[in-house]
Amino acid sequence: MIIAEGKPIAEVAELIKDAKKVLMVGCGGCVTVCLAGGEKETGILASALRMLRQQQDNPLETVEVTLTRQCDPEYVEMLDKYVTDDIDCIVSLACGVGVQFLAERYPKWVVPALNTKFAGGTVKHGQWEERCGLCGECILYRTGGICPIIRCSKSILNGPCGGSQNGKCEVSPETDCAWQLIYDRMQALGKLDMLLEIQPVKDWSKARDGGPRRVVREDVMIS
Amino acid sequence: MVADFEPKIVAFCCYYCAYSAADLAGSLRLQYPSNIRLVEMPCSGKIDVRVILEAFEGGADGVYVAGCLEGDCHFLKGNIRARKRIGYVKKLLDEIGIGGERVEMFNLSAAMGPRFAEIAAEMTERIRRLGPSPLNKAYKKEPASSTAG
Ligand code: SF4
Ligand code: SF4
Repeated sequence: MIIAEGKPIAEVAELIKDAKKVLMVGCGGCVTVCLAGGEKETGILASALRMLRQQQDNPLETVEVTLTRQCDPEYVEMLDKYVTDDIDCIVSLACGVGVQFLAERYPKWVVPALNTKFAGGTVKHGQWEERCGLCGECILYRTGGICPIIRCSKSILNGPCGGSQNGKCEVSPETDCAWQLIYDRMQALGKLDMLLEIQPVKDWSKARDGGPRRVVREDVMIS
Repeated sequence: MVADFEPKIVAFCCYYCAYSAADLAGSLRLQYPSNIRLVEMPCSGKIDVRVILEAFEGGADGVYVAGCLEGDCHFLKGNIRARKRIGYVKKLLDEIGIGGERVEMFNLSAAMGPRFAEIAAEMTERIRRLGPSPLNKAYKKEPASSTAG
């Protein structure tokens, strides 16, 4: 899922300081799971902003709606009836994708309440970690299921480098050396020889290149 | 300090301890400040950040959660979780200028009636000292006392 984290309340307050009535939109997808922008967090942020503004004698009115997902037009549409003329600003508690989908649909000032961090997962209750760098051409099959792009601090594809010490990365004693993990795992799988195969240069044009990437499935298109 | 300020305090009390301790305090005819509004909870771990914020938005000057002694939670860890959540709310209240000291976590057992009365007095005293919540309109126009932040 996409992992995000709330911006400081003061920052969001500053972004909407000229608004009297805001529509606060939570997302029922990834950010609900990583406890950053679901219904609950939307309620907390709305309440905090109202209290902040009440103290400034400049009351803020909030309307709170949480969509199933903000990255799907069929759900975003459901917001239409809430986007009335008197809404001065829309605050999105989704990842950057959701924010943009709202901004594309409504001619309103749309601001993000979260900082979108990475593609990752829950490692324990209350802790999330990055796992995938969205490189566009997955090579996990030759690295024992451990992503060198994201888990190696240098994203090298032929590690470990000289900074690998006792299984840890030189950047921090808390960071495992991804290539040590890869080596150990490949060894356990009896596939060490795969690491010796000469690999062609990775095609980074499949990653961040040439504007937004697009996936198209003609077969499922309904119009 | 605002003269004649009577704080409004909401106490979220676990059914298994603090709420029963309140009963006991009553049976023992112990006096405790009438500023406290009790809300019964199935466990202190049921406390939700939104509910605490709602209390403040609704005009409370202080809020506390009272759960069982640590290690004695009927649901094992509810009170430990409540304590963490209180820590979170404290930070949030500091961030929005209301002040984290207005919320607190207490632990006591059902047998501790006198402690219940003591906590009520302690919290009332603390909030009296802090003055009305910056949101408390009834006192808002008083000369500057607590624009925390
Ligand atoms: S808008 Fe973002 S956070 Fe919400 S479901 Fe889509 S990808 Fe996940
Ligand atoms: S190799 Fe690429 S697609 Fe696969 S996990 Fe790593 S970054 Fe993600």
